Amino acid sequence: MTNHYDAIVIGGGHNGLVNACYLAKSGMKTLLLEKRHLVGGATITEELLAGFQFTTFSYAVSLLRPDIVDELDLAKHGLMILPMPNTFQPGYGGKYLLLGADKDANYHEIARHSIEDAEGYRELSHLIDRICFAIKPWMDRIPPNSVSQDPADLAEVDEFDRYMKGLDSDVRMLLDKFLTCSAVEILDEYIESDIVKAMIASSGIIGSQISPRDPKTGLVWLFHKLGEYDGVSGDWGFHKNGNGGLTEVLANAFESFGGTIRLNAGVEKVIHSAGQASGVRLLDDAEYSAKIVVSALDPKRTFTQLVDAEDMPSDLMSAISNYKFQGSASKVNFALSGPPSFPALSGRTDIFQGFTNIGPTLKYLDEAWADCQAGRFSRRPFIDCCLQSTVDPAMSPPGKHVLSCFTMYTPYKLKDSDWDSQRGNLGDAVEETLEEFFPGFRKLILHREVVTPVDIERLIGLTEGNIFAGELFGAQLFMNRPAPGWNQYRTPIRGYYQCGSGTHPGGCVTGGPGRLAAKQILGDLRSAKIG
Amino acid sequence: MPKTTPFHARLAPLNQTGIWKNWSGYLVASKFQYSVTTEYYAIRNAVSLLDTSPLFKYRFKGPQAIDLLRRCMIRDVQKCKIGRALYTAWCDNGGFVVQDGVIMRVAEDDFWLTSAEPSLRYFRQIARSMGLNGVAIDDVSTQFGILALQGPLSHSVISQVTPDATQLDYFGLTQSKIAECDVVISRTGFTGDLGFEIWVHASDALQVWDAIVEAGAGFNIIPVGTTALKIARVEAGLLLMDVDFQSSRFAWVDEQRETPIELGWAWMLKDLSHDDRDFIGREAIETEIRQASNRWTTVGLEMDWGEFEKVHREAGIPTPKFEHYREETMSIYRRGEKQWDYAGYASSFLFSSLLKKPIAIAKLPPDLTIVGTEVDLEFPVIRKPVTVLARVATMPFYDPDQKTKSLTVGASS
Repeated sequence: MTNHYDAIVIGGGHNGLVNACYLAKSGMKTLLLEKRHLVGGATITEELLAGFQFTTFSYAVSLLRPDIVDELDLAKHGLMILPMPNTFQPGYGGKYLLLGADKDANYHEIARHSIEDAEGYRELSHLIDRICFAIKPWMDRIPPNSVSQDPADLAEVDEFDRYMKGLDSDVRMLLDKFLTCSAVEILDEYIESDIVKAMIASSGIIGSQISPRDPKTGLVWLFHKLGEYDGVSGDWGFHKNGNGGLTEVLANAFESFGGTIRLNAGVEKVIHSAGQASGVRLLDDAEYSAKIVVSALDPKRTFTQLVDAEDMPSDLMSAISNYKFQGSASKVNFALSGPPSFPALSGRTDIFQGFTNIGPTLKYLDEAWADCQAGRFSRRPFIDCCLQSTVDPAMSPPGKHVLSCFTMYTPYKLKDSDWDSQRGNLGDAVEETLEEFFPGFRKLILHREVVTPVDIERLIGLTEGNIFAGELFGAQLFMNRPAPGWNQYRTPIRGYYQCGSGTHPGGCVTGGPGRLAAKQILGDLRSAKIG
Repeated sequence: MPKTTPFHARLAPLNQTGIWKNWSGYLVASKFQYSVTTEYYAIRNAVSLLDTSPLFKYRFKGPQAIDLLRRCMIRDVQKCKIGRALYTAWCDNGGFVVQDGVIMRVAEDDFWLTSAEPSLRYFRQIARSMGLNGVAIDDVSTQFGILALQGPLSHSVISQVTPDATQLDYFGLTQSKIAECDVVISRTGFTGDLGFEIWVHASDALQVWDAIVEAGAGFNIIPVGTTALKIARVEAGLLLMDVDFQSSRFAWVDEQRETPIELGWAWMLKDLSHDDRDFIGREAIETEIRQASNRWTTVGLEMDWGEFEKVHREAGIPTPKFEHYREETMSIYRRGEKQWDYAGYASSFLFSSLLKKPIAIAKLPPDLTIVGTEVDLEFPVIRKPVTVLARVATMPFYDPDQKTKSLTVGASS
């Protein structure tokens, strides 16, 4: 019977693909089901205008777990992550901050704004590197179960506590601050100039519906530093042909391991009886059977859509109903006839070979947040721009460019309006903002694509359009992701697993959930806990 | 783009190699001509001019400058009289070295410091935590250029442009004028030879440069690059940060850190019993001294000449000597029955052209530090590791009389 598999993975985002790769590589006959006409989920590249490649959703790589690259031999399957050497922060009146790959040059660049900051930045960066080094091993292992009274679980929780207590005191102290303080509060200790502070503080609001002064921003900031580029902590890269290039590599790897991908195959339900999963039923009523079914969808869909909520235990259901999605980020992507120009550095396109942060002052970020709090999108939004064609020429026709604009704050729920009527206005606000920093920008526009939280939800199913499949708050991370006691990739149904970004280590194209879920599944199969 | 020093307009056409390197974000030359050895012998036999402007320069001014420096530095800056310079290290609370540098007392309440790494925030943070309002700490890095005029004939040159340097004894300093420009001259340097360092306002840099070069023409004065300086400093037994040790501030673990005693700077602490200062790191340093818990001692090493020659001859190749300077770590083993019995490491290795022998700056455990102690040093011969007998030696390896001798007008050195 061709409809029988050893394992079925629901959802062809990067985590579904990673998970499916590991299962297929272990020898299981694995089927990956994707609702859309292409794999990748929120990690795709689309040619919306002839010759212009758009990274519709996610747009850069840093947190992708190095273990995955090694274990799945991704380099052999075509992985090519190009460096993004610069970070550019345009300011007002010709002020700017342009950081690059040389620490001495960065020192002098920051010193233009404050000599003490140039040193404070080094000090803080070194401490953050040490924190990341200390906590990275926990990104790559299944977190302990904090609810279970099983001696093995208790021992793991204890191991974690002892590990944290054993950290160097300066690392431990600053880590505590990241867990409990706002990015701005932490920065106040090390940085005095507004432009430097604003540039760093914006890392604390990425994808999160919180004020730059919210105590939860420390952790969001730290989370974004947990990646690396060839071992350089916190650095980012750009996959050849965009993030869709990465999921293409994963799909190639999966097929080379013998896996099967079915596109346009939306799953309606996971079939289970007597607490044991046995397969899935598609929206078109086709059925596939398998002992192992893995959901790469977000926690809400995993526990309330693919299965019936009433079949789930009440502790899990109450956690999931309190789990915060509240998507707040949009993408506005442009095809441009030429590169934007920053007047103080006119003629230089190399400044765009990384992240260009539109958020010149803390006041700017505060005002952007005030709009969000009032239930509307920021009239002057914080924008994280990437002129990706300066990194990879294949992204656009020669001399032309694609610009990816990650845009905050654009709340999923608008007060007194809706996104279908506001979509164009958001695009206009982004254009106006870019015009202010890069005069003449508007004249370059050949095509514009606006992807609001509602579009993210509709297109790829991320609840409320949250790009991380749930906010990166302490209450929703590590042992709590997606819910205490349900953080080890299993579900209340035997054989049914979860591997989306709503599980540890979370979103940001880490692939960690896919890998760790596979580890759990394969371990359970070996110890015969299932089947 | 890297920055350039105030002397760059003169240096650029003199750089015959066309190659520049980056020192703290400034363009500097490793060498100006292809022969590093020729530059080196200008330091040892004639007179050389080296631009050390990329060093970070800080000025501590005000009645409480002394309070701050007495708290920060492991040597007591109070003992540094006006018109004197002092070489000292500063430590963290764990007694590990943050940096070393030369501090100059230009006036009662005016101290100038050079350091290899940015330190403005470091010192200001300490001043703030002490509640010191009576000290202004300023970064004057770009306001001044520094020239090191080094070599046995350096006095012959400087005495032609100012009479004030002659009176200076070793580590003495004076305010003076060269080519009508205000300068501060100290009898210091990183070469272990007779020499002077000249602080000049950036806007006067070229004028002072021209005057010195003109005065030096008859003595074969040449500009030298950083490689010649590094070679000279090994012979002088002077440690280089990021080569022989690392700043504790940016280390990851204590294994990467070293104490002053481990770096061979116990002499900086010799007056501790008559010194009641509460300087940063004192408690840890005293514990270290009391318990003799230092992990290393920094020593000089001299390779056994015969063995060094022999391992190469037996391999069928000539011994590499010419401009043989290495900053890579080389392992050192105890001699005895046990093979590869790890003892320590050398961090700077040099075939000294002047001393005609291979020497190294090394760290060894305290029981192996008596002069004459034999150890094995590992290095590759045709890519295979070999060990060669080396003996602990006194540093500096080279310590000429003229370095500290009194100067007289008209004398050539």
